[in-house]
Amino acid sequence: MTLTRPVTRLLGVLMALGLAFIYVPLAVVVVNSFNASTTFSWPPTELTLQWWQAAFANEGVRAALWTSVQLATLATVVALVLGTLAAMALTRYSFFGRDTISLLFVLPIALPGIVTGIGLNNVFTSYLGGLTFLTLVIGHATFCIVVVINNAAARLRRTAPSLEEASLDLGATRARTFRLVTLPAMRSALFAGGLLAFGLSFDEIIVTTFTAGPGIQTLPLWIFQNLFRPNQAPVVNVVAAFLVLVSIIPIYLANRISGGAATTPVR
Amino acid sequence: MTVTSPTVPAPSGAPAPSPGPVRAAQTWLYRRVWARLAALLALPLTWLVLIYLVPLALLFVTALWTTDSFTGLLVREVSLDNYREILTEPAFLLTVLRTVLVAAAVTVACGLIALPMGFFMSRVASPRWRPLLLALVLTPLWAAYLVKVYAWRTILSPSGPAADVLGWVGLSPPGYGLGAVVVVLTYLWLPYMILPVYTALSAMPESLVDAAADLGARPWRTFRDVMLPVIWPALVAGSVFTFSLSLGDYITVQLVGGTRQMLGNVVYQNFSVNLPFAAAMATLPVVVMVGYLLAVRRTGALENL
Repeated sequence: MTLTRPVTRLLGVLMALGLAFIYVPLAVVVVNSFNASTTFSWPPTELTLQWWQAAFANEGVRAALWTSVQLATLATVVALVLGTLAAMALTRYSFFGRDTISLLFVLPIALPGIVTGIGLNNVFTSYLGGLTFLTLVIGHATFCIVVVINNAAARLRRTAPSLEEASLDLGATRARTFRLVTLPAMRSALFAGGLLAFGLSFDEIIVTTFTAGPGIQTLPLWIFQNLFRPNQAPVVNVVAAFLVLVSIIPIYLANRISGGAATTPVR
Repeated sequence: MTVTSPTVPAPSGAPAPSPGPVRAAQTWLYRRVWARLAALLALPLTWLVLIYLVPLALLFVTALWTTDSFTGLLVREVSLDNYREILTEPAFLLTVLRTVLVAAAVTVACGLIALPMGFFMSRVASPRWRPLLLALVLTPLWAAYLVKVYAWRTILSPSGPAADVLGWVGLSPPGYGLGAVVVVLTYLWLPYMILPVYTALSAMPESLVDAAADLGARPWRTFRDVMLPVIWPALVAGSVFTFSLSLGDYITVQLVGGTRQMLGNVVYQNFSVNLPFAAAMATLPVVVMVGYLLAVRRTGALENL
């Protein structure tokens, strides 16, 4: 379609405005973490590193960070195993109810987190003896599975099953075929899916609120609990800025590994 | 369950070596597609059913129970009292209505912003720039949800940047409230809308557009009659996320909503004191979303999810 000059200009301006809308808030958080003023008057007149030092020295923050890393790792491992199995079933076989099952696997992220959260909370507290760290991992793994499925299934659909069949014909066992043929073909997709699952779990707050055992604090929970305490505001700013800055790492890794195919959380 | 799998020519030639247990299992599995499928699906499907679908079903059951207002204990008798209360108490009904309207407003806003952006990214920008633009749009999805809401809380605070900028042009500070909730939720879910629009427009062959132009359609007509039918399922797919995630949100409302409440807040406040009522409230977004999913299934949008 040949667009007139003013139209492309207008679209360019809208694109720039859209990107500004996306990035200004993130920039505000990062800049604020260096803002020397305790009332965070804007624009900052003086910059300092003292809040960053205070945050790194903060025991609560460090413990919460460690909890979040452990939680995201465990949830990712569970999601990788279950997601790979499900993706292989959903792409390599056609059976009655396949589309329905695919849709059901999407539900944990398509329905609001509060629904998953209260549903799990109800079952864990009313029937299974309460909330622990394990219930938190289970809650997180449930919504992480779908991102692994999506990544692995997309890759499997582009990989011809004939490769696996050739391996079986040549006498390899199914386990060996999986190890030497299927897994190498899926490796980067699984890496991308695992990365997404980790990121999703690391940042999650709503399901976390409903499934975390007493006394367990992830980084998002720590932020939430300290958000309304004015004297903690500088440290909250730093933790928020830290989370913005570390979010660049997975994007960089994903781009290195799969050439940008993995910059899509959720889908 | 009827099962078919890609047909594999039967192995031929020399007789098979004497079958060991592994080989025997192989042969057994080879002949039984359903067993292979069951082996793959058993774990993930059990997880999905036990950890997700059963709790979801129990939520609907719990919603029919009540809480004794004196003892605070669960009364496990089926009644529609909770739903009756939601429908007859104006405060709750208003909250539900407000929530649906906010979710609708957020969805429309996301669509209006995503359309020109997705169009520019896929059709106007040079192909060299497209991956970069896509990465730029999707990057914020990696930043924590809470951090993004917190950023907006800072921006919209009485002494924040928004108040300053608006002050220069003589406007009053925006403050917290329902408008702020719509802005922040739009901000949060925007990438979910841009991505499908971009993907749909990128996948559309240029020749379709050229053909429309050759046949004499002006750009606007081409957009309306050729591109919109392609974009529409993408918008619907995006709206599933923007609408659903807005319906259940309570943290954004808590942080930038001022005194306003949405459905999620009612659930959150009630779940420890009156679980059945909270459950009844929480089933509303499920019902709305399942209805929505069924309604849009025909557009083919769900294949893009």
